[in-house]
Formats: sequence, C-alpha cells, structure tokens
Amino acid sequence: MSMTAPKRASNLFVGSPIERLEDLRFLTGRGQYVDDLAAENMLHAAILRSSVAHGRIRGVDSSAARARPGVHAVITAADIGKVPTIPLRHDPTPAIRRFEQPVIAHGKVRYVGEPIAVVLAESAALAEDALEAIAVDIEALPVVADRELARKNEIILFETVGTNVPDTITAVRGKADDAAFNSAPYRRREHFSVQRHAAVPMEPRGLLAEWDAQKERITVRGACKVPFTNRRALAQMMNLPEASVRMVEYDVGGGFGARGEFYPEDFLIPFAARLLGRPVKWTEDRRENLTALNHARDMECDLEIACARDGTLIALRAHACTDIGAYVRTNGATASRNIAQVLAGPYRIPHVRVDVSLVITNKTPVGTYRGPGRFESDFCRERLFDMAAADLGIDRVEFRRRNLIREADMPYALPKVQVLDIASECDSGDYQITLDRCLAEFKWAERAKLDGELIGGRHHGIAVGCYLEGGGTGPRENVRLAVEADGSISLFVGSSSVGQGVETVFAQIAADALEVPMERINRVLHGSTDYVAQGYGSFSSRSIVMGGNAIMDAAQKLRTLIREAAAKRLQCQANDIVIDRGMAVGPAPARAAIALKEFAGLCADGTFASDKRTYSYGAHAAYVAVDAKTGHVELIDYVAVEDVGRIVNPLTLHGQCIGAVVQGLGGAFLEHFIYDENGQLLTGSFADYLMPTASDFPQIRAVALEDKPSPLNPMGAKGAGEGGIIPVGGVVANAVAAALGSLGVEPRDLPLSPPRLWQMIQAARATGAAR
Amino acid sequence: MKLPPFDYACPTSVAEAVALLASHDGEAKPLAGGQSLVPMLAFRVALPSLLVDLRKVAELRRITITNEGIALGAMVRWREILDDARLRTAHPLLVAAVAHVAHYQIRNRGTVGGSMAHADPAAEMPGIAVTCEAKIAVTGMAGARVIAAADFFQGPLMTALRSDEIITEIRLPLWPAKRRFGFQEFARRRGDFAMAAAAVFYDEDGGKAHNAHVGAIGVADRPLRLQAAEDAINGNSIDEAVIAKAEAAASASVDPADDIHASGAYRKALVGVMVERALRDAAGLKTT
Ligand SMILES: Cc1cc2nc3c(=O)[nH]c(=O)nc-3n(C[C@H](O)[C@H](O)[C@H](O)COP(=O)(O)OP(=O)(O)OC[C@H]3O[C@@H](n4cnc5c(N)ncnc54)[C@H](O)[C@@H]3O)c2cc1C
Repeated sequence: MSMTAPKRASNLFVGSPIERLEDLRFLTGRGQYVDDLAAENMLHAAILRSSVAHGRIRGVDSSAARARPGVHAVITAADIGKVPTIPLRHDPTPAIRRFEQPVIAHGKVRYVGEPIAVVLAESAALAEDALEAIAVDIEALPVVADRELARKNEIILFETVGTNVPDTITAVRGKADDAAFNSAPYRRREHFSVQRHAAVPMEPRGLLAEWDAQKERITVRGACKVPFTNRRALAQMMNLPEASVRMVEYDVGGGFGARGEFYPEDFLIPFAARLLGRPVKWTEDRRENLTALNHARDMECDLEIACARDGTLIALRAHACTDIGAYVRTNGATASRNIAQVLAGPYRIPHVRVDVSLVITNKTPVGTYRGPGRFESDFCRERLFDMAAADLGIDRVEFRRRNLIREADMPYALPKVQVLDIASECDSGDYQITLDRCLAEFKWAERAKLDGELIGGRHHGIAVGCYLEGGGTGPRENVRLAVEADGSISLFVGSSSVGQGVETVFAQIAADALEVPMERINRVLHGSTDYVAQGYGSFSSRSIVMGGNAIMDAAQKLRTLIREAAAKRLQCQANDIVIDRGMAVGPAPARAAIALKEFAGLCADGTFASDKRTYSYGAHAAYVAVDAKTGHVELIDYVAVEDVGRIVNPLTLHGQCIGAVVQGLGGAFLEHFIYDENGQLLTGSFADYLMPTASDFPQIRAVALEDKPSPLNPMGAKGAGEGGIIPVGGVVANAVAAALGSLGVEPRDLPLSPPRLWQMIQAARATGAAR
Repeated sequence: MKLPPFDYACPTSVAEAVALLASHDGEAKPLAGGQSLVPMLAFRVALPSLLVDLRKVAELRRITITNEGIALGAMVRWREILDDARLRTAHPLLVAAVAHVAHYQIRNRGTVGGSMAHADPAAEMPGIAVTCEAKIAVTGMAGARVIAAADFFQGPLMTALRSDEIITEIRLPLWPAKRRFGFQEFARRRGDFAMAAAAVFYDEDGGKAHNAHVGAIGVADRPLRLQAAEDAINGNSIDEAVIAKAEAAASASVDPADDIHASGAYRKALVGVMVERALRDAAGLKTT
C-alpha cells in the first residue's frame, strides 16, 4: 500500500482512488490534535456544570475552591459582567432569537450540564478537584422534561418570553388542505417519533487560548468547522476588532455537525486567558461531552398522506414537534427547518404542508447532526409509504417508482419555508437510476422470496427507500493558490477539515486544474483565519462543491498568470504556452521549458459563490433477520447507492458513505439519550449510551455514481458527506416491519431496541394483530 | 474525569498487600486490572486514599489444575483463561462464559479476582462461580478463609469481603469429561454486560439428566441458581417438552426490576430463552 499519491501525468487525479494524504501523518503518530498542544505558563480549565435541570441560582460561593492548592481563579457570571448570548448562525428569526444561550448561567440554570463556573488551575486534575469545593445554591424549579409538558406552558423556562414554543416553521407547496385530503380515494395518518441522540465525535472538543496583552490579540487554537463565523462572534463578545482574533485549526477527530459550532466554552476559555493574562487550555472529557455538545434528532411527527388507488401521491401534510432543549443554539432550528422542507423527500407530491413546532425543554440544547432533519423525516415518510403500499396492495418498489421526481421535472421546487422565505429546488438527477441500481446490487427479486419468512427461528425481511441529500450550501468559498520558491504550490482555503479528507481531495482538484503532478500541491492549508480573508467552513456537504469550485477558479487565474509570465520570457503569445508536468512549455519547434519555481511569488485568489443547493440522491436497501424471542435484529445485508454528480475520490467517498450508514444504524438501533422526569440524563456515559462498534454491522456495501452532474457548478459536484445516514432509520425499520409482517408489528418509534421490539411483538400477539 | 488524589503501593506478597489495606482504615482498595476501578475513580464514585496494586504479587497469577478441580489465582486475566489450552477440556463452561466478557483490550487486563470483588450482577465470572458452586479463598489480617460462592455475593457491587481482605483464589470443582453444558448470553452489543445470560450443565446416566445446575446473570441483584429449572431437568432425558418446562420454570423463578435498558418483563422472558437455548446446546438439539 503506497501512502503517497501516484506520480502520473496531470488531469487524472479527480476521480481516482487516491489514498488519503493525511493518513501517513495519522498512522505514524504525527497527527496533532488540540489536546496535544501546550503553551508555556499555561493554566488548565475545568467547568462546573449544573447538576440541576431547572432552578434559580441563589448564589455561587467559590472562596473555598480559590483557596485550593494550584488554583488561580474561579470565574462565574459575576466576573463576566454583562453576560453575552451566543448568536444564531442559521435561521435567526426574531422569535427564535429570544432563546439564545448565555455563555454562562446567570439567574437561572435550564439544563443539566449548563456551565456555572470555570476553575483555572495548574493542572486539569487540580482544576477538577476544586470543582467539588464550589458551593452552588440553587432553588430547584419544576422541570419540563418532555414536549407535552413544554407545550402546556405551565412551567416556563424563560419567564420574560412567556412561552416554551419559540416558533413554528411551515413549508408549503401547492395546497395540502382538507379539500385535497377529503376528495382523495385513499389516505392514512400515523404518528412517529425519533429519539434524542447525537453526533459523538471520537475526539472531544478542546481549546487553547492565548492573550497577547501588548497587541491586544487573542489566538484560539482548536477551532474547526466555521472558524470565520466564530471569529466574528468572539470578537463581538470580547469587544475586539475581528482582526485581533485569530482562530487556528488543528487535526480534528470528527465533527458530524456538532463540533466547531460556537459553544459557551468558546467564549469562556478565551475570556479566562485575557482575564488572567496566561494561556488557558480546556479539554472536554467524555462525561461533559455527552451533556455539553449539541444533542439532536428529538422529534415526533403526525404525518398524513393522500393518494390515488394506483398509489400516485396527491398530498402530504404533517405537524412535527421538535424538542430543541433549553436554548436555541447557533443552528438549533436547522433540523426543524429541514424537516419542514424535506419531509416529502424525493417524491412528486403536488400538495404539501408541513408545520414544525420547536419546543424548549430542560435538556441539552440541540444542533445539527449529519443529515439534520433528514434522517428523522425519512424515517417517518418511508415507514408511512410502506404502510400505504400494503393497504393499497401495491408493491413497495412500484409505489416509490411511480412517485419519484422525474428527470423531466427538474428543476423541481421543494416546499417553500415560509417565514424564513427559503426556497430550494432539486437541481438535477434521474432518481430511478439509483433505485434500479440499488435493487440490482441487492438482488431484490431473489431476496423478495425470503421476505416475511421464518427461517431457523428468525423472521427475515427486506426493504428499500429513497432519499435526497441537500448540499453545497452557500454563500461562498475563497481560495488562494501560490507558487513557492521550490516550485511547489500552496493552496489556502476557507473550508475546514473535520477529518473528512479535504487535504487529499483539494490537492487532487488543484493538481488537475493546474495540470501539475499531485505532489506539487505541497500544502493544503485550511480552517484557520490566517489563510484567506474570509472563509465559510465545512458543513452541509459543502466543501467540495464550494471549496472545490473555488480552487478551479483560482487555478484558472494562476495558469493565466503563469502563461503570461512565461510568454513574456519566451516572447510568444500566452496562448502558445502549455503547462505540462510542472513546466511551462513554449511553442514548437523549440518547446523551451521553464520550471515552475521560476514563477515563485505568483499567486491567485479564486472564489465560488452560489445561493442554490445541490441535491444528491440515492436509494438504500436492507435485509434483516429478527429474533422474535429476544427482539434482536441482525443486519444481514445493506446496500447504499448514491449519485453525487461528480466523484473526486472514490475511496474517501466510500469511507464517508460506510461511516454514515453505521452512524445511521447507531441511531436506528442503539443510541438514545434517556432523561428522567427530573431532567437528569440517565445515559450519560458510553456504558449506557450505546455507540455502534466495528463488529456490530459488518455487512454494508456502498456504490457511488456520477451519472447526473450538477448544473450549478463547473465541476458538476454535489454534496456527499451526509447521504449515507439519511435513509437508514426508515429503511431498517421497514425491513423489520416486513420481517414481522405476519405478526402485525409496525414500528413507529426509534430506536428499534430489542426490549421495545419484543414488547411490540408481545402486544401484537395479545391483540391478535397478526395477519 | 481526571482521577482524584490517592496514594499508591505495589507490594509483592499477599501478606504485604493485606497489611497495606489494613493500615488505611478501610479507605484502601486493591487494584487489579483496573477495568472497573479506574472508571469509578474517573467518575469519582470511588475515592480511596490508597491503591494497593496487586500486579506484582506472583502467587496470585497461577492457574492450577488438579484432581480436585481448578484453582484460578485472583490475578489471572481473561486472556490467560482463553489462551490456556488445558482449560478447554478441564472447564469448557468457564471458557465459553469468559469469551463473552467485554472486549479484546479489556480481556487483556481484567482479572478473575477483580470481577468477583466488583460483583456486577451481570458479570459472567460471578455467574459461573455460583452455578459451579465455587469456593472463594480470601486472606485478611485475621488469616485465610474460604467462602462459598452462594454466600459471597450479597447485592450489586456488594460481597462478603472485609475491607482488609483480598481474594487469593477461585476454586472450581472438578469437571467430568462427559458433562453436558451450554452457555447463552444476550447483550445489546458484543462485549457489553449481559441483559441476561444462562449457564446450564448436567451429567447423564442411562440417557437421563442428573446433577443439573442452572445459573443466571443480569436478572437480579446478584447471580442466581435457578432451582426450579434444575428440577425440570433432573431425572429426564432432554426433549422439547423438558426444554419448554425448564424455560418456563426459569422465567417464573426470577423477578427482575425495570431499568432504563429494559423492562423487568423483558428480562424475565429473556432469561427463559437463554436457559432454553443453553439447554438445547447442552443436549445437542437444534432450534425449532
Ligand atoms: C467496556 C467494558 C465492558 C465490560 N464488559 C464486561 C462484561 O461483559 N462482563 C464482565 O464480567 N465484565 C465486564 N467488564 C469488567 C471487566 O471484566 C473488569 O475487568 C472486571 O469487572 C474487574 O476486573 P479488574 O481486574 O479490572 O478489577 P479492578 O477494576 O482493578 O477492580 C475492581 C474491584 O475489585 C477490587 N479487587 C480487585 N482485585 C481484588 C482482589 N484480588 N481482592 C479483593 N478485591 C479486589 C478492586 O478494589 C475494585 O473494587 C467490562 C469492563 C469494561 C470497561
């Protein structure tokens, strides 16, 4: 296995299965994560977090903690003065903004895990020791532990606002009113729910902040995902010009949407560094990670569809309710907004209306998690489709085929999000292609013979589902390409790495665009605020679409500069110069060649802007066997097929898809943040919060296609980081339903835990639901 | 999750270890593989003033097989049990059960004595000890004594050990070569603690089962022997009817509580299924 890029002629890297350039660094132990860093004279922070879900803070006495050995300071709200709140990055409607999170609890605590004080000490252990010496006097208040209680508005989390329902987000296409439903030949309405779970990156968060008192400058190491946005937020909160805030990204062990958003600690640690005039480091431990990092997915949905007898969909309407926790964080409304827009999925439904009510409860606030709102939506919709197809006596595959958006319908307008005025349309695609390929890979026809059969004491079942993945979110990305003294090229980009392999794919794109060998792209520098004037980061499957196309733009400009400079020297036309294997070559017959290093110092800025999303699409199929006596589901086979428009690197894409599917299976079967009625998290460690492990789901196959490039960008690329997770819950739940069809078991809630499935089987037997 | 402050000692003999434990007024704790104790320290639910590391006490590391049975030193690690070819015939039930303990890395560190002292109600080793009527040899300031497994476990994470006592050996009675056995466990993920598991063995005489032992873990505050299930087996040749009876008897004889992972009703049914399947394995009968 060679760890470096193959040396080949240019124009061949995009599309090749090139092993990740990052991996040599990681595999030889040279990765550098934020916790690997140390600064001279550094202090360590530990954070006292509320153990009470809802209460009024009567007092915080930190005198005993301050007196502890090695303790330098204890910071509470009182030391901060006017406590800033964390601004929303997405969907900042005035209604939602009323629920922004303060960077430290003051007056009230609203969830277990909310920061109350920060201890600064000589070591992390001493800081943690001192936490126990802080006396917090909290008057406990009644707790809002679920949506139902929240909606009653009897116990209010924000007294001055007076409601626990920040907003209802509505998306509409056509007219999904009573008339549409009443006149329909068939309709079915069901209630579904998805449990609270979350992105759990392998590497917890960490920050190292250094204050330069002389220059009044703060450097924050450990930034990721959206460093430029966070720089703006921090500058404002610390009352500094943006130019005095430097965010530096190191290697990142996974983000999945949660890591890299602005959290309370992103203010508290830099603030402490300035206050004490010493570098301050904080490393999140796993226990705090599970209550401090954004949660996600917690929703229920009342969903109704109407169709013709032949299964043609006429209308879809729904009221969903999302539990967004105690505050609205930076992107806390995004999943809710997505549910409104994508609940109808990749299907042609003339009339759609989806209302999503966000409710506040005494739990950890939510944020985006890979496929936000999409995973939840797909579970509800695909479950209902299988129920409807069975009612109508229509084959499940045929039902989908009949209703998929057709290529001729492109661009196809998705339901419009009303208050936020967000319109979006499917850009391109032939959704039948991925469905057909998925069925073929899966050997659907053959497997269908086993569907619903009891074999060796286990019930076998199969299912297939289709999905859309929105990606390439704007507004823009910026890139700079520079020729270095040794003739190598440096690439600076505003995108970030969360471990997804951007260094490799960006080097591939740049090498092809510049027509140079890949090893010429010596550095891909990303994620820090030092490299480009303004960057937008990595989220919403956007890095290749936005960053990649910005590289194309910069490369085009740099090539022009190089050819002009070469033409001048060779006294020919710029048009006559070709760039070949790292040389600028003049016209025949001389074919004089000038090495790239002769052009050192040339550099070009590139940009790509777009306000339209790309839409990847695909189909997944699952084959399960259910042990009715234990409720255990074995995943026998799983096939994922997606069309991402343009494949830059089949290896990294394959890894993204497999990883995403496993994450989705975790959400479908295992992961669950369970709270009790006092708002205490009962599954707050890896002993109880069950992550999928490598041995749990060995059989996953992924196929990627590039049949329908996006018309929205020169590369034709679409997002590809999230697709793998989106349909998983729906597909496996449908496979379980198919397996247990003879018993009449219809899962409506995730996760499909063994005790829950067993309970459903018992209940179905007791009521004689079996057919 | 940084560890709280504590002192550390690393003695080389049992006597020294016991003296160290006794010197700290019940505030000292032995450290074996650390796979349960260290997480408890990290969560600060255990706050010992002294850790007495047993890793250098050579006398605790032996696996001895004699005519009387098997003696596992307290510091014998899961890995050593799985790697010891003699045990596959000398005590195949032990080996089958230990294969379900945790994950690779944890099996390389975790010890038999640590597991017994930790007394997790869902742990395999305590279940095997109770099912097989093991004897637990312990030593304290007052000298050595031997405790029957049935008396050793007193509740979740509670045992008959005194604070100055360490476990030295777990003694399992001799395992006849022709004994029939099965071990079945159900966990959410491979390597997790059991939601329920059953160990079954019996001897045969003229095609009839006798000396049946049925043990269960994960369904009570400590490992259990399920006498009603044993009664259903003893004196019978194992067929579908006997298996069904044993399953029902096993279920009926436990009363597990609800918890966040499962209802009591689920565990009650599950333990029956585990007994059914373990008995099937023992008898060499396929699932119908
Ligand atoms: C992720 C994970 C999964 C696990 N899954 C399982 C599982 O499926 N099944 C299972 O059985 N276990 C499981 N375990 C626990 C594991 O088997 C532990 O190794 C075992 O329970 C304790 O053994 P230890 O040697 O690590 O003891 P330690 O953690 O060192 O000690 C545990 C306790 O025993 C005391 N102690 C240790 N040795 C002695 C002695 N000789 N005399 C008196 N007291 C002593 C200690 O003071 C402490 O109180 C798991 C652990 C982890 C981390």
